[in-house]
Amino acid sequence: MSEEISLLKGNEAIAYSAIRYGVDGYFGYPITPQSEIIETLMEAAPWKTTGMVVLQAESELAAINMVYGGAACGKYAMTSSSSPGISLKQEGISYMAGAELPGLIVNVQRGGPGLGTIQPSQADYFQTVKGGGHGDYRLITLAPNSVQEMADFVGLGFDLAFKYRNPAMILTDGVIGQMMEKVKLPEYQRRRTEQEIRQQCPWATLGKTPDRAPNIITSLELDSAVMEKNNERFQAKYREIEKAEVRYELVNCEKADYILVAFGSAARICLKTIEFAGNEGINVGLIRPITLWPFPSKIIRDYADRVKGMLTVELNAGQMVEDVRLAVNGKIAVEHYGRLGGIVPTPDGVLEALKEKIIN
Amino acid sequence: MLQEIVISGFGGQGVLSIGKILAYSGIMGGKEVSWFPAYGPEQRGGTANVTVIVSDTPISSPIVDQYDIAIVLNQPSMEKFENKVKPGGTLIYDTYGIHKSAQRKDIDIYRIDAMDESMKMENTKVFNMIVLGGLLKVAPMVQVENVIEGLRKSLPERHHHLLPMNEKAIFRGMETISQEQKAEVCKA
Repeated sequence: MSEEISLLKGNEAIAYSAIRYGVDGYFGYPITPQSEIIETLMEAAPWKTTGMVVLQAESELAAINMVYGGAACGKYAMTSSSSPGISLKQEGISYMAGAELPGLIVNVQRGGPGLGTIQPSQADYFQTVKGGGHGDYRLITLAPNSVQEMADFVGLGFDLAFKYRNPAMILTDGVIGQMMEKVKLPEYQRRRTEQEIRQQCPWATLGKTPDRAPNIITSLELDSAVMEKNNERFQAKYREIEKAEVRYELVNCEKADYILVAFGSAARICLKTIEFAGNEGINVGLIRPITLWPFPSKIIRDYADRVKGMLTVELNAGQMVEDVRLAVNGKIAVEHYGRLGGIVPTPDGVLEALKEKIIN
Repeated sequence: MLQEIVISGFGGQGVLSIGKILAYSGIMGGKEVSWFPAYGPEQRGGTANVTVIVSDTPISSPIVDQYDIAIVLNQPSMEKFENKVKPGGTLIYDTYGIHKSAQRKDIDIYRIDAMDESMKMENTKVFNMIVLGGLLKVAPMVQVENVIEGLRKSLPERHHHLLPMNEKAIFRGMETISQEQKAEVCKA
């Protein structure tokens, strides 16, 4: 066995990966099914080794505002929670987007609405990619489908957040958070020095130097004309992200007559459905959006010309299906299959739904 | 090789641990593995189950509805999972927790008196290792040496003096398990 391979839960992988990436601070408040993130960090005690701060805040609101504060100083700051806790963080996320602050938020979704259940769900899709907080902003959203991607997307999330000065979210769920798989953790990378942060983030509020005007971090602008300019700048940035950062995976699409569109845990379930369908002589492919925003509309549109129908499979009542329908624009049938409130669809259930809603 | 396994019993019986050790041993044997617990508000005395998949090729869904092997260690687990064993698959149960036996004729059924054996060993904590031994006898998907090595690596050093006891329990399980029914071959 290679010494680098571990058997970890998705939540644990996020914690170890954060330490290895050189994250400066984690601020969180426990909630099932993601408490292993803060538990693992506390046990690993990175403040003794890399100097990373790990702090259990007094609330989710406090935690996201600590991330705001860390980010304002150019630090790699992150938080994590599950659905009800992520709702509490929305104000802070909107403020970060408005102040153009980079940071990483992890949502290990559970069934809602309200306190709901503690079981897996993908019902926060709308909240994540359509706003959540107030104002015209976008959240870079990564949807891992394995423990390996949980580990990999911590670094990717920070890279994208800092490249575009925008908050990023890992949108996952109780399946990927709680399951254990083989994982190869990223190499250790030391935390940046203050000098390096000053170079990477000239906007950071690390103390004014004589050669420049003071840096001001705020989302407040009382002059509407200036605020419109700010918004136009944000929108230009979002268009740039939509152009450059779309990520997706195609499975078995070349020969497919029908396509499943699913992300995260639902995409894993669909892989098994593809096997089952193949046994019955039905050619099914999978388009797996890895970035939920920016959404891979173009590839979905391209496949609309080549297949007979698409089925989105989600652990919700039909959210991403709207974006797939927008992409397909009426060319072919697009239907949705999902289970609600913490129930996870089975591969057989998906195949039955495909036959019922699309094939027949 | 692909084995989709569910292990189900009372919380506190060590079913999640059996799964974890199996998954760990699988990795040590170069296999692909996944381990997914029913992580609901289960507690000691409630029911708990875990799905473990061990495979030579990358694993698609960590969640399945039909299993190659179901290990059921209490009556609610029997009721929940008997019908989810694939035709021709395997059901392993412990008589101690089950008063109503399996009805299916199209599956292999094995019995393991793990609770009785653990009491004979004067250590009911090794119950789950006896079960694991029984499983490995019936379906040798990982090598026992890897299991022992996996235990050594996953247990904190202060518990290493317990390793010989666990090893003994695994071998006891391999000796104890017995086949009660061979699957009837379905007519085409």
